[in-house]
Amino acid sequence: MSAPILEMKEIDVFYGPIQALKKVSLHIDEGETVSLIGSNGAGKSTLLMSIFGQPRAASGQIVYRGTDITHKSSHYIASNGIAQSPEGRRVFPDMSVEENLMMGTIPIGDKFASEDMQRMFDLFPRLKERRNQRAMTMSGGEQQMLAIARALMSRPKLLLLDEPSLGLAPIVVKQIFATLRELAQTGMTIFLVEQNANHALKLSDRAYVMVNGQIRLTGTGQELLVNDEVRNAYLGGH
Amino acid sequence: MSAAKSTSFDLKRSLIDTILAGLISLIVFGPIVGVVLDGYSFNMEPTRVAWLVAGVMAGRFLLSLFLQTPKGQSILQGFEGSGSGVHVLAPDYKSRLRWIIPALIVIAIVFPFFANKYLLTVVILGLIYVLLGLGLNIVVGLAGLLDLGYVAFYAIGAYGLALGYQYLGLGFWTVLPLAAIAAALAGCILGFPVLRMHGDYLAIVTLGFGEIIRLVLNNWLSFTGGPNGMPVPSPTFMGLEFGRRAKDGGVPFHEFFGIDYNPNVKFLFIYIVLFLVVLAVLYIKHRLTRMPVGRAWEALREDEIACRSMGLNHVLVKLSAFTLGASTAGLAGVFFASYQGFVNPSSFTFFESALILAIVVLGGMGSTVGVVIAAFVLTVAPELLRSFSEYRVLLFGVLMVLMMIWRPRGLIRISRTGVVPRKGVAP
Ligand SMILES: Nc1ncnc2c1ncn2[C@@H]1O[C@H](COP(=O)(O)OP(=O)(O)OP(=O)(O)O)[C@@H](O)[C@H]1O
Ligand SMILES: [Mg+2]
Repeated sequence: MSAPILEMKEIDVFYGPIQALKKVSLHIDEGETVSLIGSNGAGKSTLLMSIFGQPRAASGQIVYRGTDITHKSSHYIASNGIAQSPEGRRVFPDMSVEENLMMGTIPIGDKFASEDMQRMFDLFPRLKERRNQRAMTMSGGEQQMLAIARALMSRPKLLLLDEPSLGLAPIVVKQIFATLRELAQTGMTIFLVEQNANHALKLSDRAYVMVNGQIRLTGTGQELLVNDEVRNAYLGGH
Repeated sequence: MSAAKSTSFDLKRSLIDTILAGLISLIVFGPIVGVVLDGYSFNMEPTRVAWLVAGVMAGRFLLSLFLQTPKGQSILQGFEGSGSGVHVLAPDYKSRLRWIIPALIVIAIVFPFFANKYLLTVVILGLIYVLLGLGLNIVVGLAGLLDLGYVAFYAIGAYGLALGYQYLGLGFWTVLPLAAIAAALAGCILGFPVLRMHGDYLAIVTLGFGEIIRLVLNNWLSFTGGPNGMPVPSPTFMGLEFGRRAKDGGVPFHEFFGIDYNPNVKFLFIYIVLFLVVLAVLYIKHRLTRMPVGRAWEALREDEIACRSMGLNHVLVKLSAFTLGASTAGLAGVFFASYQGFVNPSSFTFFESALILAIVVLGGMGSTVGVVIAAFVLTVAPELLRSFSEYRVLLFGVLMVLMMIWRPRGLIRISRTGVVPRKGVAP
């Protein structure tokens, strides 16, 4: 049993008077793919951002590879192996694919830039075709690939993905999840936030279900796929 | 039909264009040219208006015809294609700058041998605005922070020299770095409160900051001399003064070197130092845009939330942009003060901020070459066309409107060179 790469212990997060996360505890082991599912406003994005200290946890502890990172700067966290692809993709619209990828190297410097860019082009051949195209003019699916590739450019040990399927056609979602599976097989630890529970649970080793800022359920992907509550709430009952 | 279209002229369209242009020019010129004040009454001058309007219409007609020729078409397409923003060059693209920069340096070295004093001062002014444009370009063009009070840092540099001389006896060389530091500090002080602001709010706050500095300089009579301004010492070269006679029994420059007294030497000296500083700033900027901090500025301009998700410290990134931009303006201020030999608050009005912003916008946000060209166009052109100097603001307006139509992204499109793949990596 490998040690947890990330452990969150009883995290509370507030936006002003509103409590967005209530005593959230979870752990992600090295090499695992873990997903977090929940409806709109459950607090999934908040949880992901709180790993980066934005917003900061009011109480509780976040431990990453044995180090308490609860109060570390976002820059420290990013340059020590956690990367995320934020909700809504957020690629740099006026920059080309290559430039976007270069931006991804900011946390670690550009020592490995060309080599890593090549790896990204192998992983996402579509990006290679469009290496000089401006991100703004690319399709949603291509932008999502770019956002994931940009996150990977900082050579993360833990990859955080916020709703990679957002607003994409089913076929594109399938492609993206196929790539994520490929990525997971290379040993990458992935923490995936999704509304698309079906895809997420099939991909994941384990999953958490979040409701109103609290973890309601947890189990392996297979267990949750057949769980009645999950089926009714997130899988449309079929 | 479409085949015929490209060869024959669409006369009807040209005529419509011509009439429209005529109407617009009638509206614009009618009141300005057609009505001439004569004491307390006025005279109508319809013939003058008629000439102007006829000229405009003839010009528009010819232009319209020309644009329908194949050559005109290609020019038109060139304009239309320019809206597409940044374009990326192949990694091995050899920039024409390789030739242009050495050529410019040679011209700059040869230039003083041919220039008279007047031309020299005009070019000095142009270079000062190049500095200002480069500095503001970091803040507005790269980091995307709209700063309307940029002139404040320019004023800090200029008054730094005047005040430093008056109260502390400091000279040009001491103040040059100090002014850069003082302006950088001011940039920091302004930067902190505006970190959370964007767009309009940021613009208003910086506008206010610029006005505060000017008003303080204007009203603190006992310290800054108020609207009367302050004298500024001439620069010195290794302690040698450029005046006809040195103060305190020193040896002036011309006697030391045994040459005839020449009042131009002061300007020549400012020109040389200024040119070197501009080169240094250009180089530093060139380096910075290729370093992570330069990339961080652009990332911040494009998407702040994405930056946060990469753990980018946006506080540091914004502050560094503000500070670097401000210190460049501080340097420019010192040169401006020594060039004028005198400073007063009226040199640091909002119009000046607007002019510098116009340089950045005209030059193409973020483009260095564009900024350099625009700085010269906007400062040197009005000087050379002295007799039209009242039309300077009009010239501005016209340039801006034309730019927004044809070159919405500035004279020179920003182009970045692609990443060079390393050896051993398959392309
Ligand atoms: N910056 C903010 N300021 C105040 N409240 C916020 C802020 N961001 C999120 N919230 C609130 O926190 C709660 C959780 O939001 P969050 O974005 O984490 O939900 P989510 O699970 O990611 O939803 P979705 O699936 O729609 O993305 C919501 O009630 C939201 O209104
Ligand atoms: Mg969310």
